[in-house]
Amino acid sequence: MITLNINNKNYNVDVDPETPLLWVLRDTLGLVGTKYGCGIAQCGACTVHLNGQAVRSCVTRVSSVAGRKVVTIEGLSEKGEHPLQKAWIELDVPQCGYCQGGQIMSAAVLIRENKNPTEKDIDNAMAGNICRCGTYLRIRKAIQLAAEIQRKGG
Amino acid sequence: MEDIKTNYSRRSFLKSSALAGGGLMISFSALAKFGLDDKVSGLELPDQWYELTGYIKITPDNIIKIFNPNPEFGQNVMTSLPMIVTEELDADWKQVVVEMGQHDSVKLGPQFTGGSNSMRMYWKPLREAGAAARNMLMQAAAQTWSVPVEEVTTKAGMLYHEKSGKSGTYGSFASKASSIPIPKGVKLKDVKNFKVVRSSKKNVEGLKIVTGKPLFGLDYKVEGMLIAMIEHPPAFGMKLRSFDASEALKMPGIKDVFSQKLYEDGFEQGGFDTRTFNDLLVVVGNTTWEVMKARKKLKVEWEPAGDTKNTMSGKREVVVPGELESTSAQLEKMKEYASKPAQQLRKDGDPETAFKNAAKIIERTYNAPFLAHNCMEPMNFFAHVTNEKAIVAGPLQAPGWSEPTLSKLLNLPADKIEIQMTRMGGGFGLRAYGHYIYEAALISKKVKAPVKLIYTREDDMTYGIYRPMYTATYRAALDANKNLIAFHVKGGGIPENAVHANRFPAGAIDNYLAEGWQIPSNITIGAFRAPRSNFAAAAEQSFLDEVAEAMGKDPIDFRLELLKRAKENPVGKNNDYNADRYAEVLKLVKEKSGWNSLENKKYSRGVAAYFCHNSYAAHVVDLIMRDGQPYVERVTSAVDCGIVINPDAAINMIQGAVVDGIGNALYGGLTHKNGVAEQNNFHRYRMIRFHEAPKKIDVHFVQNDIDPTGLGEPPFPPVFGAVANALYKNTGNRFYEQPFILQLNKISKA
Repeated sequence: MITLNINNKNYNVDVDPETPLLWVLRDTLGLVGTKYGCGIAQCGACTVHLNGQAVRSCVTRVSSVAGRKVVTIEGLSEKGEHPLQKAWIELDVPQCGYCQGGQIMSAAVLIRENKNPTEKDIDNAMAGNICRCGTYLRIRKAIQLAAEIQRKGG
Repeated sequence: MEDIKTNYSRRSFLKSSALAGGGLMISFSALAKFGLDDKVSGLELPDQWYELTGYIKITPDNIIKIFNPNPEFGQNVMTSLPMIVTEELDADWKQVVVEMGQHDSVKLGPQFTGGSNSMRMYWKPLREAGAAARNMLMQAAAQTWSVPVEEVTTKAGMLYHEKSGKSGTYGSFASKASSIPIPKGVKLKDVKNFKVVRSSKKNVEGLKIVTGKPLFGLDYKVEGMLIAMIEHPPAFGMKLRSFDASEALKMPGIKDVFSQKLYEDGFEQGGFDTRTFNDLLVVVGNTTWEVMKARKKLKVEWEPAGDTKNTMSGKREVVVPGELESTSAQLEKMKEYASKPAQQLRKDGDPETAFKNAAKIIERTYNAPFLAHNCMEPMNFFAHVTNEKAIVAGPLQAPGWSEPTLSKLLNLPADKIEIQMTRMGGGFGLRAYGHYIYEAALISKKVKAPVKLIYTREDDMTYGIYRPMYTATYRAALDANKNLIAFHVKGGGIPENAVHANRFPAGAIDNYLAEGWQIPSNITIGAFRAPRSNFAAAAEQSFLDEVAEAMGKDPIDFRLELLKRAKENPVGKNNDYNADRYAEVLKLVKEKSGWNSLENKKYSRGVAAYFCHNSYAAHVVDLIMRDGQPYVERVTSAVDCGIVINPDAAINMIQGAVVDGIGNALYGGLTHKNGVAEQNNFHRYRMIRFHEAPKKIDVHFVQNDIDPTGLGEPPFPPVFGAVANALYKNTGNRFYEQPFILQLNKISKA
């Protein structure tokens, strides 16, 4: 039995300790906002926060997560009111939408750590997230908008 | 020149009924014909009229629920199609709730997403449905208020009678309206008076997407559902010989391991029933990870399949060669075929003599590799099949095309098959093919349980159904005065060519010849965003750039001259484009990009335009080189798709097509060695990433009141040509081989 803290809630899960966190979230706990895209940390669709850092849950063993805080897209905000979520809606970023949870989770660490990210900062933070529909341009603008919302206390 | 005719419904009908608990429901049906102008050769696409259906529900508390009839894969039909209904209904968009309509296995044909057809198919039926509902509500109000219906007006979901000062919500008259017969010949709004359509509305599923709600096929779950995966042969041309599952079966959570044939010999496949691997080795277990782990314990022997036969509709037999193919050999074979006589597809004038008398001949050959669709959500599907019925749910583009095959495979009548459509994590054409749905259904039937079949990324990328491998040789003949006197395209590919014989510049050149050939293969192919056009535009638009240069002309002016000729004095028949609309996007992109302005000189600029799937698109790309790597920094796009339903979403889709085009032109490609795909995940298959995408893509629409056509595909193909032309400006080298980055690396090393 492994005890997990996900979105500030404790869960006891009885799974193979090698299981990637991604599949525990999706199959065991029903938190399906974290997506499977590649399984080898190449696409970023499975990005979650582990003790505040963006990690790829598809290559993160569940056993390594015990006793640490995991935040998924479902736990980023209560009602979708995180500045990034507001900005994503304001700029109507998604097309298919599949990668966007992972994109937002990567961006959330960036704008928490860096209140006024430069283009280069954004490039670096988002290099690991693929968007097959090609919404990169809007993601960039939405990150800039979210940073602005955050600076204004939103 | 003849205009392109859009295939609207020639007959549509409406039905009204009362909602349980009060309210009005309008069901609309329309017959629509699929105008798939980019047919995939070798596949027989149905050419018939289909019935398409949807609903509008108005409840007494004034909630207006509009069903989206067509599958959603990012093209935003969940928002844009209901906008059309809302417009004619004269409802308040804020009161509208959108729900995904499910596939109606009894009444409906394909609710089909593909070919950029959603708008074309639904524009008229959706307008009619909305207008009829509005008229019925007006009649209900007129009867209640005892006033002439002509005096009743509507605005934003409210009914008014100005003289008496009476008013009421749509909801309050919905029940009464349900008893009013469907009116005939209701007048549609003048497009000039649109309030909802042509104004930007946000994605109705935006909040769900950004908060991680279950929307996609992979998120679908029912109690007791098992997970299945399929081990397919490691190479095209191989099949299962034997397997030992003893170790895999001992793994925790594993329920069953078995081999399963997809189609029995002689099974009559539908046009989109691609058979890549027929002998499947299936692992079923409780969870995804357990199944993934157990797969590694399988001991499997594969063997060459040899030549195999597919039985297509009409019992037509197609032999699939058994060779284990390699890219290098395929390229050699394409060269060999290119030198042989080919099938003549169109001939105008006397091209042979014109080439013989030419002062200068420009001849160039273009190549492009297989491309994997790489939808972010890998193929997956849920199925629960019992002896009595089947429920299947997941991401698919063409439920109506999968249903007849499911019916035959499961031996169940169509009305016992329920197909639910989830939001798709991309499709790009791949999800029109039903193999993974059939596999899921057969597995569920075998294990007698609800099952979700999941392809890993590796399964997905190595399964096949790729964009074909293409080549084309273009020749242009110039006379002594540098006039273009003849044009010749000879295109081929594995296993189809990308020659559109009647497209531009056909019609603009006196002596014209188009020829095609193809080489069969066991590497399966399918529709990929703007099938065939995605290569044709790349090659032709690069070639025209080179011809313009040889003629000493500006590339835009050169195209405009050809289009002027095609309009004023067209050569030949069946020219498959409207020269005015084509010229208009070029003129618009020229103006908006500041084509000749000095301030843009710091960029290497490339231009291209194309017409396919009934819409016109032109791009100017601005490229720079940093540390030896090409970056398209800015793009200016001009598009004519008629009336733009939801402008901001339309811009989003065009921007996405531009990024997709840059990515595939520069980096995309799948190669094979002895039948084995050399790329099986994103560490080997290069996808365009964040910092490689343009920071600015300005989109401009030609403003007109022409009935809307689609946008998913048309902006994509010309991007390739524009990138190639910009690379030339920067490097002085023409780019003939996709992906361009490989050729660029060779140049850098040399």
